[in-house]
Amino acid sequence: MTATDPQAVASHEREAKRARLFTRINKADSWFQVFGLSWITPILKAAAGDNPKAQLKEIWRLLCVPLIAIALFLALWATLAPKVQTSLGAVPGPAQVWSEAVGLHEDAKIKAAKEAKFNDRVEARNQKFIEKGEPEKVKHIAYTGAPSYYAQIWTSIKTVFFGFLIATAIAVPVGIMAGLSPMANSAINPIIQIFKPVSPLAWLPIVTMVVSATYTADDGLFSKSFLNSAITVTLCSLWPTLINTALGVASIDKDLVSVSKVLKMNTWTKITKLVLPSSLPLIFTGLRLSLGVGWMVLIAAEMLAQNPGLGKFVWDEFQNGSSSSLAKIMVAVFTIGIIGFMLDRLMYAVQSLFTFSANR
Amino acid sequence: MMKPIASFLAATTMMVSPALAELALEKDELTFGFIKLTDMAPLAVAYEQGFFDDEGLFVTLEAQANWKVLLDGVIDGQLAGAHMLAGQPIAATIGFGTKAHIITPFSMDLNGNGITVSNKIWSEMEPFVPKMADGRPQHPISASALKPVVEQYASEGKPFNMGMVFPVSTHNYELRYWLAAGGIEPGFYSPENITGQIGADVLLSVTPPPQMPATMEAGTILGYSVGEPWNQQAVAKGIGVPVITDYELWKNNPEKVFGISAEFAQENPNTTLAVVKALIRAAMWLDENDNANREEAVTLLSQPEYVGADRDVIAASMTGTFEYEKGDVRAVPDFNVFFRYNATYPFYSDAIWYLTQMRRWGQIAEAKPDSWYDEVAKSVYKPEIYLEAAKLLVDEGLADAKDFPWDSDGYKAMTPAEDIIDGIPYDGRAPNAYLESLPIGLKGNQKIIASEIQG
Repeated sequence: MTATDPQAVASHEREAKRARLFTRINKADSWFQVFGLSWITPILKAAAGDNPKAQLKEIWRLLCVPLIAIALFLALWATLAPKVQTSLGAVPGPAQVWSEAVGLHEDAKIKAAKEAKFNDRVEARNQKFIEKGEPEKVKHIAYTGAPSYYAQIWTSIKTVFFGFLIATAIAVPVGIMAGLSPMANSAINPIIQIFKPVSPLAWLPIVTMVVSATYTADDGLFSKSFLNSAITVTLCSLWPTLINTALGVASIDKDLVSVSKVLKMNTWTKITKLVLPSSLPLIFTGLRLSLGVGWMVLIAAEMLAQNPGLGKFVWDEFQNGSSSSLAKIMVAVFTIGIIGFMLDRLMYAVQSLFTFSANR
Repeated sequence: MMKPIASFLAATTMMVSPALAELALEKDELTFGFIKLTDMAPLAVAYEQGFFDDEGLFVTLEAQANWKVLLDGVIDGQLAGAHMLAGQPIAATIGFGTKAHIITPFSMDLNGNGITVSNKIWSEMEPFVPKMADGRPQHPISASALKPVVEQYASEGKPFNMGMVFPVSTHNYELRYWLAAGGIEPGFYSPENITGQIGADVLLSVTPPPQMPATMEAGTILGYSVGEPWNQQAVAKGIGVPVITDYELWKNNPEKVFGISAEFAQENPNTTLAVVKALIRAAMWLDENDNANREEAVTLLSQPEYVGADRDVIAASMTGTFEYEKGDVRAVPDFNVFFRYNATYPFYSDAIWYLTQMRRWGQIAEAKPDSWYDEVAKSVYKPEIYLEAAKLLVDEGLADAKDFPWDSDGYKAMTPAEDIIDGIPYDGRAPNAYLESLPIGLKGNQKIIASEIQG
């Protein structure tokens, strides 16, 4: 019986292959979870031949139940909406909202064509000055027409990240300081407690006045409206990161701190090698909360100050009061929700990337 | 003999290069502000029809949240110019509210406003409105029909609130004019109390134009005075009834102006001329061939970046009609005038009417001699820039010389009594005498001291 059964080898190999496949699926599963696609895993597993009954149950829970819930929601919306009569007509149902979304897309295409024409004109203008021998008059002129819906979304996303990055740059160092020194903590604490609950709508007038007074460059790098929205976002999204960082830093294992004392680490090494790695999970939880708050705040700030972006889109439509306005506002509501969700998932993904080692 | 030469010149210029007609621009990137109202049409038309492009201008049009933000934008240079209330450059120049030298080389339109009351107020005032043979109310409706309603509110101790768009707006003065003509006190301003509600039967407060219908629907105000399409919007939404248009208050009254800072005009004379040229062409286009282009203009204005209201709502007033109650559509062919009757020429007498109303209601606290009115008007209204731009257009063959009042001294002929609701004629050359002839309001050396008219 020295010769191995070829069939046994084949089945062994198949077994190994299957095992590898399942490891791969399980590994991918952690990513699917990050992006909210966890329902793919049982489908893959079922396809790979795993106990179909158990997988079907999972598919039912992860895919079918949410889909049915969404369908129910749509049905409820479609039946109830027409019953609410406003002065602008009935509240639009899902079909009208969808057709407005398509309309906005068509409008964006028309606007893109207009913009291309505009750029040709600028090109012709510059060419003219080159021919006349006045190259100093050649310049880039930004499109002067109304921004498309996509352009408004992009503006909002840029603004929220700019404000969020400033907030992070302030909150993380201050949070580390507060976490390391109880003295600093008690100094900062009352300020945090008072400013944390302040609404963006209260910050905005102050920010607007200060920016108008200090940022006087006519054609600077940023427009004033951009800075106003971004700084308001900063002021409101600072706090979750700050508090969580301080908390994370303060709760490092006491043994580790003792070790650092034995090794006579200097402050910088202590922070980079010890404090940061062990407090990263909480810092990222704070960042995630901050970005969420920032996104909410931004829309409010844009609405109030008429700064470009999705908030202005909503307010403009409210003021326009045309028969398609309500449906367009609902398109914006869904856009805001979906982008907020994606931002959250993005931060979650980054978090799971960075804190992998810490979780182990 | 002049005309063929001019058109020949224009034709060759176009064939050789459009650049020949262009002025040497000091600045070619400009941002103009506007408020969502149909009378911003000349700006939208100049942009969409390419009249700005023809002048080599790259213009951005930006809707503003309210009149205050818009004025501040022009003062601090964020905006190169704006669609403004006629009272704004005048008030800024004399230092009421904000102090800044703003001028206007171009008047944007005649008429275009209305006064609307909520359904409830309308049902209460309707019994006092005279009817025509067919049962419909007889227009124009005097505020004397509103007077018993206001008195009823006063006897119940309830405030009677109405909205207007800005303290120095045409709408404020029109609403006050209408109320006063019907024997209702709209209240005075004083240097210490700038609410404008001293001794008022009806309390007027500021609401931005596009928010008027929503504010009235919410019950904060019982009526308002605003430009189109926000009166027709109330009809379309079924929440209110426009009782009078400003055309019936004062036939062909001057309305919005295009305002720029004096500094901008001084530093950029050619750019200013180019802008005025484009705007004159836009105004001509809007009134061309008996308003033939109005339908197209309505479509343009209904785009969300301009006025954005429904096409039908904008068309209701822009195409020569006005809908008072649902279904009660009447012809008002001159409701919106953009070019004919020299609508775009900045007459000094128009500025002086606004000054008389500021004096009448105490925004100008002290008596001023007639010569002062003339001086202020001349420092704000700039017909010389307008005529220079018009001349360039005529030379290029783009306008007809007979459409412009080349020899005017800036004063319109006296408005006859029958063109004004209370039958009081207006002569811009004699502002103090005009103030004397108005029954309610400050006159002579009168002043408001501690809520009392003195003198």
